[in-house]
Formats: sequence, C-alpha cells, structure tokens
Amino acid sequence: MRESVGKITGINGNMVSVGFTGPVIQNEVAYLAIGDLRLKAEVIRVRGGVADLQVFEDTTGLTVGGHVEFTGELLSAELGPGLLGQVFDGLQNPLHPLAERCGFFLRRGTYLEAVPRDRAWAFTPSIEPGRRVRAGDVIGTVPEGIFAHRIMVPFSLQGSWVVEDVAPAGEWRADHVVARLGDGSRGHEVRMIQRWPVKIPIGGYAERLRPTEPLITRMRILDTFFPVARGGTYCIPGPFGAGKTVLQQLTSRHAEVDVVIVAACGERAGEVVETLREFPHLEDPRTGRTLMERTIIICNTSSMPVAAREASVYTAVTLAEYYRQMALNVLLLADSTSRWAQALREMSGRLEEIPGEEAFPAYLESVMAAFYERGGVVRLRDGGLGSVTIGGAVSPAGGNFEEPVTQATLKVVGAFHGLSRERSNARRFPAIDPLDSWSKYPSIVGGEDLELARRILREGNDVNQMMKVVGEEGTALADFVVYLKGEYLDAVYLQQDAYDPVDGASSSERQRHVFGLIARVLRMPMGFEDKDAARRFFQELGQVTRDWNRAAMGADEFVRIEGRIGAMLAEVAEHAQDLSAG
Amino acid sequence: MRRIYRRVERIAGNVIAVRASGVGYRELAEVVSARGRSLAQVIRQEGDVVSLQVFAGSRGISTEAQVRFLGHPMRTAYSGSLLGRVFTGSGEPRDGRPAIDENPTEIGGPSVNPSRRVIPRRMIRTGIPMIDVFNTLVESQKLPIFSVAGEPYNPLLARIALQAEVDVIVLGGMGLKHDDYLFFRDTLDEAGALARSILFVHTAADPVVECLMVPDISLAVAERFALDGRRVLVLLTDMTNFSDALKEVAITMEQIPSNRGYPGDLYSQLAARYEKAVDFEGAGSITILAVTTMPGDDVTHPVPDNTGYITEGQFYLRGGRIEPFGSLSRLKQLVNGETRGDHRTIMNSMIQIYASFRETQEKMAMGFRMSDWDRKLLRYGGRFESEMMGLDVNIPLEGALDRGWAILADCFEPAETGIPSRLIERFWPRGGRAGPGPAGG
Repeated sequence: MRESVGKITGINGNMVSVGFTGPVIQNEVAYLAIGDLRLKAEVIRVRGGVADLQVFEDTTGLTVGGHVEFTGELLSAELGPGLLGQVFDGLQNPLHPLAERCGFFLRRGTYLEAVPRDRAWAFTPSIEPGRRVRAGDVIGTVPEGIFAHRIMVPFSLQGSWVVEDVAPAGEWRADHVVARLGDGSRGHEVRMIQRWPVKIPIGGYAERLRPTEPLITRMRILDTFFPVARGGTYCIPGPFGAGKTVLQQLTSRHAEVDVVIVAACGERAGEVVETLREFPHLEDPRTGRTLMERTIIICNTSSMPVAAREASVYTAVTLAEYYRQMALNVLLLADSTSRWAQALREMSGRLEEIPGEEAFPAYLESVMAAFYERGGVVRLRDGGLGSVTIGGAVSPAGGNFEEPVTQATLKVVGAFHGLSRERSNARRFPAIDPLDSWSKYPSIVGGEDLELARRILREGNDVNQMMKVVGEEGTALADFVVYLKGEYLDAVYLQQDAYDPVDGASSSERQRHVFGLIARVLRMPMGFEDKDAARRFFQELGQVTRDWNRAAMGADEFVRIEGRIGAMLAEVAEHAQDLSAG
Repeated sequence: MRRIYRRVERIAGNVIAVRASGVGYRELAEVVSARGRSLAQVIRQEGDVVSLQVFAGSRGISTEAQVRFLGHPMRTAYSGSLLGRVFTGSGEPRDGRPAIDENPTEIGGPSVNPSRRVIPRRMIRTGIPMIDVFNTLVESQKLPIFSVAGEPYNPLLARIALQAEVDVIVLGGMGLKHDDYLFFRDTLDEAGALARSILFVHTAADPVVECLMVPDISLAVAERFALDGRRVLVLLTDMTNFSDALKEVAITMEQIPSNRGYPGDLYSQLAARYEKAVDFEGAGSITILAVTTMPGDDVTHPVPDNTGYITEGQFYLRGGRIEPFGSLSRLKQLVNGETRGDHRTIMNSMIQIYASFRETQEKMAMGFRMSDWDRKLLRYGGRFESEMMGLDVNIPLEGALDRGWAILADCFEPAETGIPSRLIERFWPRGGRAGPGPAGG
C-alpha cells in the first residue's frame, strides 16, 4: 500500500497544481484539505514533480501550501443493489440523503455512500462451491424492484478463480461477504458491492451484437420515420427552446425498456425536478410499479461544479453497463453532451492546451466517440441479451449544426433527430425536422409506404418553396394537392400532442394501423374542382384525423371516426373518377 | 493578525499581483493607494504570487500600494433595513445614507440541492396577454428579455415588476445609463414600490469589476429574503454588460477565448447566477427576470445563445411588442392547465394561425393574388396584433381568452381553426360574440 502526498503550489479556478512525493497515477483521485473539509479532485496532468488536478468542488478558501492526499484509486462508481430509484450527483453522491444531512443547499466536501448499507436484501445463491468463475459470473441474485439483481464476481478480478464458499439464502446487507474465491495462492471476498473506474467500459460479456430490434418510444415520428434500435445510439441536436428536453422526458416515460438512466449534465435543475417529483407517482403501464423504480437520475446541473459534470456522463454510462450485465435493456439519456464538451473545454483552457475549433480541445472527437461506443447490445456468457441505448441531446451554439460538438456526435451515432427552430416556432411538436433527420435502424412499418410518405414530404416541401416564389395561383392543382398531402401527413402523424393522454403515447400496433390508413390517403388519386375545395377537404380530413388520434384504440369512437374517414375518402375517390370521366 | 503587503509586483488591466503567503483562494483584500481605498479579490495563485482583481480598477495604483488581506471572501449585509436603499456593485451605499453591515452573508454561495427543489405551480399574473395567455410567467422562473438596444426593455421590466405580486424586488443594474438608473428609482418610487425594493446599481461610468459583483450580491440578498419566506423578484439589466465584463477580465488574465472573445466558461458563469432562481419548499422564492441585449439583433451571439439554453424560456421584444415566435415560457405548461379549460387551445391555435398570417403577409408583399383564405388571415392578423399584442393592452387572463375566441369567431369557420371539435362545441361563441367561458358552451 503506497501513500503519496503533496502540497498545493497554485490555484486557478477549479484547477489546482500540486507538488508531490511518491508515485502518482493519471486520473487517480486525490483529496485537498481545507480546514476540516477534504475536497475531491482528479489528476489530469503530471509534469515533472507537479500534478495538475481538477477539483470537483468550489475552490474558494484553498491555500497554497495546503495538504493533498492521493488515494491510488481511479475515479470509480459504486455498484450494487439499491441504485434504482436514486438520485445522484455527478460523483454518485446520493442527493436525498445529502439533503437530509445538509438542508436546502449542497455542501462541498460531503461524500456519502451510493449503495445503501442499512438495507437487507433477500439473497439467493446460484452457484455451488468448487465451480470455476471469472469476472462477471453470477454468484446469486437479490430482488431489486421487479428485477433479479445479479450479484457478480467483481469485474476487476483477473483470471479464473474457484468458489470456496457461498453464503446461504437469506437476508444480507450489501456489504456482507456473499462468497469467497481462491486461486490457490490468494483469496478474495465477494460482497454485493463492487467498485469500477467510470472511464473504463465494463467487459465480462461473450460478444457484442448488431443492434436490430426497435426500441419503441411511442412517438410516431421516431418509431415510424427515424427509429432507434435497442443498443443503438442517437443524438438530438437543437437550438434552445426547440424541445430537446421535453422529447427526452417523454422518451424516459414511454420508452419500452427495463431501466432508464437520466444524466442531467450541466442543464437546468428545474428540468430534473419534474422527473424527480413526478416519476414516483407515475405508473409504468408494463409493470404496474412506479416509473421511479426503474429509473436512476444522475444530476449534475449547470450551477454545480463543472469538473463533476464531466464525471457525470461516465458515472451514468457505468451504471447503465452494470445493469446491462443483468440481461436488461437500459436506456441512457444524456442532456446535454454539449455541456460536457464545454466542461472539457474549460479544463483544456486552464491547462493552456493548444485549442482546436471554437477552442474545444483537439481530443473532443475521440472522447465523444469512445463514450457513444459504450452503448450496444451484448450477449452475456449465459446466453442472455442486454443492451445500453444512448440518446444524447446536443445544444449547438447558435443552433448551428456545423459546430464541433454536433459534428463529432454525428460521426458516431446511428440516428440523428435534428430539431428545427422553424418547426418549434410554428408549434409543430415534436419539432424534429423530417427532411434533415435520418436513422440507420429499421422502422416498425413496411418499406414501400414509408418511401411514399418520405417522398410526399419532400415533394410537398418543394411545392411549398416554389409557391413562395410563384404564388398559389401559379401552382398546378395536382402539385397543390401534393403539398396538402404533405401538410396533412405532418399535422396528423408527425405531430403529436404530448399533453393528450391518448395522443401522447402511440403503441407500435396503433402506429402500424394508423400509418396504413395515412398511406392510403397519400397514395389515393384525388380530384377537386379548385384549390379552395382541396384545402377545405384536407382541413376537414385533418380535423377528423386529429380527433381520431385522441380516441383510445378499440374504443367505439375510434371505430366510428375511422368509418367516417373511410367515407370521406370514398367520396373524394368517386369525385376523382367523375372528374377524369367528365 | 493579518499581514500587510507593500510591494505590488505586477499591474495589468484591473489585476495586480503581490507576493504573499497563507492567502485563501477568492479571499478579499483591501488595497490602499494615493487614489483611495478599494476592495480586491484573489483570482489566481501561483506559488507565492497572488493575483488580485481590483474592484475600482488599477488606475492610480502604485507599486507601493498597501494590500491587506481580510481573511474572508466577498460578503454582503443582510437585514430588513436594506429595503428602500441603493448600493453600488460592491455593496457601498449609493444614496448617501449610512452603510449597513448586519449579518454578513457570503455571496456566490453553493447551489440548491436539486432533490430539494419543487415543481413550480404558481402563476404570476402580469395583465399582459402576450405573457399571461401565450407565455405565462411562473414563480421561481428565470426568464430573459431578448432585445436590441433601443427597445423599451427597461420600461417593460419596470411594468412587470410593478404589476407582479411579489414581496421584495431586487434590482441589479449592470452598465446602466445613469438616466435608466434614475428611471427605475423614480418609477418604483412613484408607484410606492421603492419601500419593498433594493437596488444594486453599477452604472456605465463605474469600474468594470464592480459590474461582475452585481448579480451575485443581488442574488445573495434575494436568497436570504427568500429563506425568510419572502417572494422575491430579481431584475437584472443588462446581462450582456455583465458578460462583457467577464470577457474583459478573462482577456486580461490571458485566458484562451472560445467564441467571439468570450471565455469558455461563459455558460457556467451565467448558469451559476440564473440557477439561483428557486422555490424553497416551506419558505419563499426567487424569480429572475433579466434583460439580455442582442448585439446586432443576433440571437446566435454567444450571450443570448448561452442564456437561452440556461433560462426557462425567453421573451423577444421587437418593435415595442413581445414577439410570439421565439418567445417561450418553458414553465407555462405547469400552470396553464389549471387556469381555464380553453387556455392551451387559445394559446396554440391563435399562434398557429398567426404563423399562417405571416406567410400570407409575405405573399402579399410579393404581389401575389390573395385567396379567400388569405383575406381571412389578413383580417385575423390585424386584429390579433392590435388587440392582443400591444404592450399597452392590460387585461386579466380570462378577459384575454374571451377576446381570443371573439377574434377567431369573427374571422373563421370553426373547422378552419384546427381546434378539436369538443372544444369548439364548448367555447365557440354563438353569433360571433365572445362566450363567457365554460358555462357558455
């Protein structure tokens, strides 16, 4: 056991230089003394006998000459049962217990245990003494909410070990030794808690697979047009006020996954509060339990220390990978990755590194890529499948997607949901631009109809652009109908009223059904006397279809309105024939 | 006993450096030179060289100036006797009355534990339909007014302050013209609101470093009042001046600029201030309204851009009116569901149709023939602008909603509005007159 110590030689914002004796490891955690407090920091550069540390707290009051202790451990997350339902800061400090201790305000230098120690878990062993095990193998399970939480051989153990002893079934606390392992010369005690360095991906699975199965979000524009796959990655760039956060909140509610991890990274605290206060009262329709029981919130909001903001996304993805090892589907929503990139930029500036574009550090792209690559579907050694899907919001400066963070992200994700200011100004929600966005994952509806719908959107937009130049009177009736079809598709299918209990969440079954009918409208030849007649028809059809969207599927009203739409279409089809015959 | 240092090693911009030991980061010092006294704050330490930012600026500071460290970071007084008073950015009286030093409180304190925050639920009524109906202001919200220089943003700020129901008003003025400072003081005074107001004013003629202290000192005082159960409205004008002061200091300190010369931590700096807006469960609240002037009417300028990401919406002030496009209160959904059943419908439909009106206006400007539909839109747009958008319109929310239905019914057939049928049945005025609300359906 080594113990390195040092003394503060310089302070600049949240960067502190420390002269040290003994070995120092890059990215190891150190504590800076200030009175009775010890502030957590991480080594980010070593030059000669001086280490530069980023401090995860406010540095007010630190003095040159102050004492520093190095721990020899990389910045790590604590893994074990009882994480679900909790709210942590970027360093995995549980915020509710912190509030009980410190009141309204955060207090620097207070670090609490992430996995609750005072709670007993009903342990069921699933392995016998004498078996050979490796890191990640399952020793037993405890029930956590609706899941069987697997207690695993610590991921950090190297090589193969023999199980010498396993705790019997019973109620044990998280720090109880549930198994003893040996490899002839050494022994190791396995507890329910283990630690893992957050910046290193958790391995211990058999293989990584290609993400193909859709992750249903119950938002039509996503599932039908720009789908996300389980184990895939996607990004939501958009200017402020375009609805990134609302979109993420809706996804966190409705997405069909087992565990949701929300990483509120450098954004408003108010945004997290809604999730925090409402999830405990919202029922997950699939399990009948509250949404909070399947959710973890990592909350390092914009006024909390900047260095911990960078740590927060890594803490979040580490927890996601941990639950993936239990054959669960995990969705990680990071809002916003731009703030994390800005934290990198701030620190890079203090280190006086040579700046890249917009003063972001040159390693921005590789850091972002490495983060998104931690998503994925894996086959575990017992054959089970688990996935981590990563959705990152991006807040581009000036709403300009050419900026470095958006571009670095686009290179590494599988779907791009670009929000547009124009659409949000026109109150078209979700404000995802249907012409710019893309996805490499398979949709829940068939290819031909989807192609048709995309074509109508594109052509309708072209007609609209043209009309701005030549006016409505200079536009052919046939083109005008294409434009109206595009607008109709937009209004009744792409747009969705998040505040309506029915329209707010559309199941994949309903989407297929409704989209079938919409595709019929788009495909149909239509004839009208003039443009006003065409507009009137689509206004009425739009009205009826929106009412349809608000009727629960299978309800009498749903069937009745569908009949009415059918009648309206039959009438206009007949009219088309009359016109072509006459 | 605190030591006094008498040798200034470096003077550059507003920053001086001395060799000293045992000094805490961000500690305050008093600098005495022939020109007078000023406070200064430690902003960097390298070995025994301590860099200090001098509040009054470095002009006239001698290399033999006296530097005495005070052993604590920047503080402000807190007491009820602050009400009705005017101070500078460093907390000195500006109104010629005695200084106050009760309950010294550190400024720029820690942030609120997110788990202790509550969902804001109380609407703040302003009597301005563009706010009440379309972008409702909510207690504990932080909202900037984006505007170009020359727009009446300070009168708007003052009017909201006077009409809003709050206990304490804290005004933080940064780089204010002296006239504007007097305007605020006199307006609050005439309306009898000065006795519940505290003004921290930095005028354009004052040293730039004091500008940096204004938001922190205003918010620290507001926070204490809020913890004592008061509902506080903090007005900050103009945050672009604050950001420019940040830029000036960062460049002096040879920091690498990120975007148009602003430091890379501009977002975090602004967020640290705006995030002080809070509703303390079981106590009071802080609501922040700030002015952000947009140089060149460019919303992608780093200051409005970063602000937009931090705040809970924004009001665009353009042509003396709150512009419906782009203006947004992100918290409105938390309160406008409980006002009246048609609030959200009027809010959405009127804006959607107004957007179509703007398109028609463009078409008209290009000389295209107007269809029947276009003519309806033009009629609607005109009425909307004069009867809803004007800043002189002062009616309660319910009156504004009734007026909205009246305008719609006067201009359109129900199906043309895109409003769901069940709401049409309930609220559409019979005979083109405004319905009295739910009972009229």
